[in-house]
Amino acid sequence: MEPSSSPSSKDLQRIYRSLRLIRRAEEEVARIYPSDKIKSPVHLSIGQESVAVGVCDMLDKKDAVSGTYRGHATYLAKGGSLKGMIAEMYGKDTGCARGKGGSMHLIEANANVLGSSAVVGTTIPIAMGWALAAKKRKTGAVIAAFLGDGATEEGAFYESLNFASLHKLPILFVCENNGYAIHTPLSKRWATQHLCQRVASYDIPTFRIEDGDVFSIRNVTAWAVDAMRKGEGPVFMECLIYRWREHVGPGDDYHIGYRQKNELQPWMETDQVEKVGKMLDAETRKKIDKAVEKEIAEAIDFAEKSPVPKPRALMEYVYAD
Amino acid sequence: MPTKAKTKSAAKKGAGAKKASDGRVLRYVDALKEAVIQEMERDPDVFLFGLDVDDPKGIQGSTLGLQQRFGRERVFNTPLSEDAMTGLAIGAAMAGMRPIHVHIRMDFLMLCMNQIINMAAKAHYMYGGQVKVPMVVRSMIGKSWGQGAQHSQGLYSMFMHVPGLKVVAPSNAHDAKGCLISAIRDNNPTIFVEHRLLYPTEAYTPNEAYTVPFGKARVVAKGDDVTMVGVSNMVIECLRAHELLAEAGISTEVIDPISLVPLDIDTIVKSAKKTKKLLVVDNSWLTCGASAEIVAGVLERAGPEAGIKVQRMGFAPTTCPTAPNLEALFYPNPATIAEAAYALAKPKAKRWKPDPKKAQLAYQMQFRGPF
Ligand SMILES: Cc1ncc(C[n+]2csc(CCOP(=O)(O)OP(=O)(O)O)c2C)c(N)n1
Ligand SMILES: [Mg+2]
Repeated sequence: MEPSSSPSSKDLQRIYRSLRLIRRAEEEVARIYPSDKIKSPVHLSIGQESVAVGVCDMLDKKDAVSGTYRGHATYLAKGGSLKGMIAEMYGKDTGCARGKGGSMHLIEANANVLGSSAVVGTTIPIAMGWALAAKKRKTGAVIAAFLGDGATEEGAFYESLNFASLHKLPILFVCENNGYAIHTPLSKRWATQHLCQRVASYDIPTFRIEDGDVFSIRNVTAWAVDAMRKGEGPVFMECLIYRWREHVGPGDDYHIGYRQKNELQPWMETDQVEKVGKMLDAETRKKIDKAVEKEIAEAIDFAEKSPVPKPRALMEYVYAD
Repeated sequence: MPTKAKTKSAAKKGAGAKKASDGRVLRYVDALKEAVIQEMERDPDVFLFGLDVDDPKGIQGSTLGLQQRFGRERVFNTPLSEDAMTGLAIGAAMAGMRPIHVHIRMDFLMLCMNQIINMAAKAHYMYGGQVKVPMVVRSMIGKSWGQGAQHSQGLYSMFMHVPGLKVVAPSNAHDAKGCLISAIRDNNPTIFVEHRLLYPTEAYTPNEAYTVPFGKARVVAKGDDVTMVGVSNMVIECLRAHELLAEAGISTEVIDPISLVPLDIDTIVKSAKKTKKLLVVDNSWLTCGASAEIVAGVLERAGPEAGIKVQRMGFAPTTCPTAPNLEALFYPNPATIAEAAYALAKPKAKRWKPDPKKAQLAYQMQFRGPF
């Protein structure tokens, strides 16, 4: 893989803005959560933002992403509306899924954010279907399919790898390997840790990024997008990353005993939000931070003031017209 | 918490309950665990496995401590591979063991369908009786706090449809323990349906191992005007409606079928013949559902001459939404059940609704996340 050119200052600002927005938006979600205004199980990406941001920074608008129930970062990084997301968590009519899906089913068709699923692994073949359509229609678009390490244990994952490779589909599989499926570590679930080798046996180029570095993730994505647009088929990227908070809910869970807090330390030290923030001059950073806070405050206000769905909405969208 | 009527009748009719001192009040979640402990101690072929059965939360507590007690060979976690793990259970069962496969949500059983429907249900028949599949599939129905589309489905009627499977849905701790023991000892694959909101409810439960027989419904409240049949958590909602209706002068009989396959239609017919009005409240959709089966069974058995009026309630015919105000409309609740039963009892009277404050009071507890 050729090293791509270093990011421009404009790139840096954009990347930082995206990282910061996701981090702060989720922190605000966690802050609001105990008020019970959000009656939706939230799976926060805090600590994992760089994967979504690094990948999405290299995608065009016409390209798509598919995420998981831990999908706030994917949704926001690809351009999903923050207002729509917060309102969705509040169960409001203005939510991105009209209050019908909640935090686990974010979608933004305009930004090509496919809907996320609460059933692990289910969106992998669906993303592949999107890639098939892109290929058949010759749109030149590609899709990044985000999945957790746990999702790689489902048969649908391997079935998809095989088919995507066989048909040279423009799909980038992005495994966010945070080492756990709920509270169970990889060592109790995987016979070997050689995920990339497993995938490579399908003749799919694989990359492993071990430090969550947003620029490395971005570089690999740039290479993958280029290859996919040339019709060379799927690419696989495994990103080691760490979930800072509990599996579901606003708090942390180091007290329940399945993992030690010292695991978190190195990840906090290389926190990508901070790292990229420090690459900006103080003034620029402050300006971005301010704009991010404003956007979040407006989104919360929007959600608070939005109406709940009308009772008749219960029976709307059961069938398409 | 089930009403007193419920607890009392469970104590009276519980199969193994000899005298009150033999038991104590136990939570549903603990009753599930106790059943497994007693059966695993009795029979070395019983083992329990599934996603997250050994994690710090232990399937909302129902498997907590089992691995410490029985070791990793007999209680183990799995990768996220429901399809293959179901086949694993079937293979082990055919080889003579008695697996209990646990799923934290019923929705995830959709990944197990091929193995359950095409193999487990049919193997005994298709192979001319040469193999048996004595396995238990435990799964929980979720509700509230944005469980939404994919974490709240009551999909048991899909399994009821297929010969060879037994399907049970106990509504209280006593029956949870007794049915789970029955399921473990049964030589057929059993779909064991739990409900998240039942977990903290308490009922009288004998100490020793006992079985609650499949195919025997229980009358949990006596009455003369309307027969109400509830499935799983809806038994509790019907009992709440029963109390609200009592204040309006309507006396309802509440029946818990406990097992859906086999289904004890006789007990329901007997009651419906007496009241002439049958309201079936399901914990799922109506179309092709358990409620359709129960109503059809009653009408076929009783015949037109019995003159039984029937009505069904269940999930709204749509996907479960997460917005709390829509979710409230999605489920039957004590007030809507009471209103329907009243209208059934008094078709000519003005419509009646219970006082909203009293309807709210019918809930002695409320479940709040997180999950
Ligand atoms: C098919 C299926 N099985 C089980 C579950 C329960 N469950 C929810 S999240 C999860 C862990 C998934 O882990 P991973 O894919 O690594 O994603 P992460 O939560 O770490 O982001 C499990 C087992 C589910 N939602 N769907
Ligand atoms: Mg994970």
